[in-house]
Amino acid sequence: MLRELRGKYKGTALGWFWSLLNPLAATLIFTVVFGAILRVTPTVGANGVQNYTLFLLCALLPWNFFNGVVNGGMAAMLDNANLIKKTAFPRHLLVLSATVSLFVTFAIEMAVLAVALLVLGVNPILWLIPALILMILLAVFATGLGLMLSVANVYFRDSAHVVTIAMQVLFYATPVIYPLTLVSDVSPTSLVARLHIDSLYFLNPLVHYVEAFRDLLYEHQIPDLTTVLVVVLSSGASLWLGWVVFNRFAGRLAEEL
Amino acid sequence: MGDVAVEATGVSKRFRLYHERNQSLKAAFMRGGRAKFDEFWALQDVDLQIPTGKTFGLIGHNGSGKSTLLKCLAGILVPDKGSIAVHGRVSALLELGAGFHPELSGRDNVYLNGSILGMSRKQIDKSFDEIVDFAGLETFIDTPVKNYSSGMYVRLGFSVAINVDPEILMVDEVLAVGDENFQRKCMEKFADFRADGRTVVIVSHALSTMRTMCDEVAWLDHGKLLEVGRPQDLVDSYVGQSHDDRVAPEVEEGEEQSGRGARWGSGEVVIRSVELLADGAPATHVATGADAVFRIHWKAAHPVEEPVFGIAIHTLDGIHVTGPNTRDVELSTGTLSGEGWLDLHVPRLMLTPGTYELTAAVFDRAVVHTFDHRDKLLRFDVAPGRPRDQYGVVSLGGSWEVRGDSGAPA
Repeated sequence: MLRELRGKYKGTALGWFWSLLNPLAATLIFTVVFGAILRVTPTVGANGVQNYTLFLLCALLPWNFFNGVVNGGMAAMLDNANLIKKTAFPRHLLVLSATVSLFVTFAIEMAVLAVALLVLGVNPILWLIPALILMILLAVFATGLGLMLSVANVYFRDSAHVVTIAMQVLFYATPVIYPLTLVSDVSPTSLVARLHIDSLYFLNPLVHYVEAFRDLLYEHQIPDLTTVLVVVLSSGASLWLGWVVFNRFAGRLAEEL
Repeated sequence: MGDVAVEATGVSKRFRLYHERNQSLKAAFMRGGRAKFDEFWALQDVDLQIPTGKTFGLIGHNGSGKSTLLKCLAGILVPDKGSIAVHGRVSALLELGAGFHPELSGRDNVYLNGSILGMSRKQIDKSFDEIVDFAGLETFIDTPVKNYSSGMYVRLGFSVAINVDPEILMVDEVLAVGDENFQRKCMEKFADFRADGRTVVIVSHALSTMRTMCDEVAWLDHGKLLEVGRPQDLVDSYVGQSHDDRVAPEVEEGEEQSGRGARWGSGEVVIRSVELLADGAPATHVATGADAVFRIHWKAAHPVEEPVFGIAIHTLDGIHVTGPNTRDVELSTGTLSGEGWLDLHVPRLMLTPGTYELTAAVFDRAVVHTFDHRDKLLRFDVAPGRPRDQYGVVSLGGSWEVRGDSGAPA
């Protein structure tokens, strides 16, 4: 099932390089736009380090992974239609293979980030194991969504459009490019507060994932209990629901494709 | 493993025929539900037991549900009613090279396809050389498969699938791939499979192949299982039935009716009878090595240009012994009209003693259209003669010679 990984960049001369170039470009853009031009003040990390790029990467890399798994899962069935119609094998492997191959890339990116943190004076060694557990929980959460969307996309081919928009909203509804404190500090008279957007905000499980990553890697503190609970429960619920939905519809995949 | 490799009980499969294939959320919202569809039962209440170690064939017209049934048995489709129990590891060859990734090399694809078919890396390592050797692609194995010819593609696909070492192999109309040499290799592989006591399930329209390869066949028609039985009997009745819709030539007076097989054709030229002449006189038997003439009596109501005549001789258990025809020897039959006969003169009939059946047919010049086909029109016996061979179907007419160290005949 390494097929995804090896097929993806084969034929392009720089191969693996491209898979790292993309997040690199995004990091550069966000650092310039939000760090330098809009002057978003990052929170103060461990050892008094205050660096927008590190602050950003601790959330951007998990976000990219999540985004990749959801989109990869969604495309998994349609891209492999021929395989599904002609061979018998457990169909969920297609979604899992997308997750696994993206997880490898994710892990490499996180390793690079860990080195960067070390170089810039925030030694993350002790926090790598909890971070790895968190990475796995995020993978489980995203896979559950991927499973659901993979079958939804077969039955409704325009699901992809809806999901693209949803992911765009979700990106800004998650504290990736700005600190969470900005949301908690909105003035009670503002439009955001009056529409209760700030209370809705915390219903987004990704907020908690991203905060947990930042707690562990950037600020070196244990995430609070609510965050931990939301992360653990949401990943379990997502996988369970994804599995149920997937199995409900997987039987007729070969004829619907 | 028990006696039954695959068991289907009351299997029904329904397909949805959408009026408008509009699979989108937008459409769903507009209609307030999913698109409307008609139901179509591709399979209805099929009960089937496929015995372990047998080669089992599925025959039927296009759309009779053979492929659907095979896909259900292979686990690709899930039946709407009934159940399927499979005892043993299955490999299904529905489309060769279905799981290939065009950008990857042949080598990577062998591993990829092998793992999709359920082999471990170690197992593939072990049989890798055999797979490549079987496909005959040693020199191209590191080339991306997108650069393969379609023949190379299917050869590699077949080779992987057959080397998965399945207990039950399911094949859908894929035997006709590759050149003569590769087909022969495939047939040998199938023979090995049978000898190993593995189960093979085949769907094919190549009826002669089905007749010789299968131990048992099932005949499907419009999603229903009509009959299960010996291939010789079933294939014949299937062939007869499938030509029912064509106009059978009127049987005329004085025409031989003893033919036991089916008859079909459009009737521009009809075969009235076939006679066996031994030493110039009508006979019902002829000795091995004797002079024989097969005389085909024809009749053409209107002039027909260059028809092609042919006969086929089968043993009683269905082995196709020979099939001479006027086209292969480039005989010009001219324009035929009225009545007449055509002789096939065999100076030495090299069949071993036994009973044979003769089928005669006449086609148009391109051998596309059948004017008249008469299955098993004549049954004749071959009596012991010279040479006195008794085993097998044909005698080679050779002579033996023994030499020892002394140099003189022993």
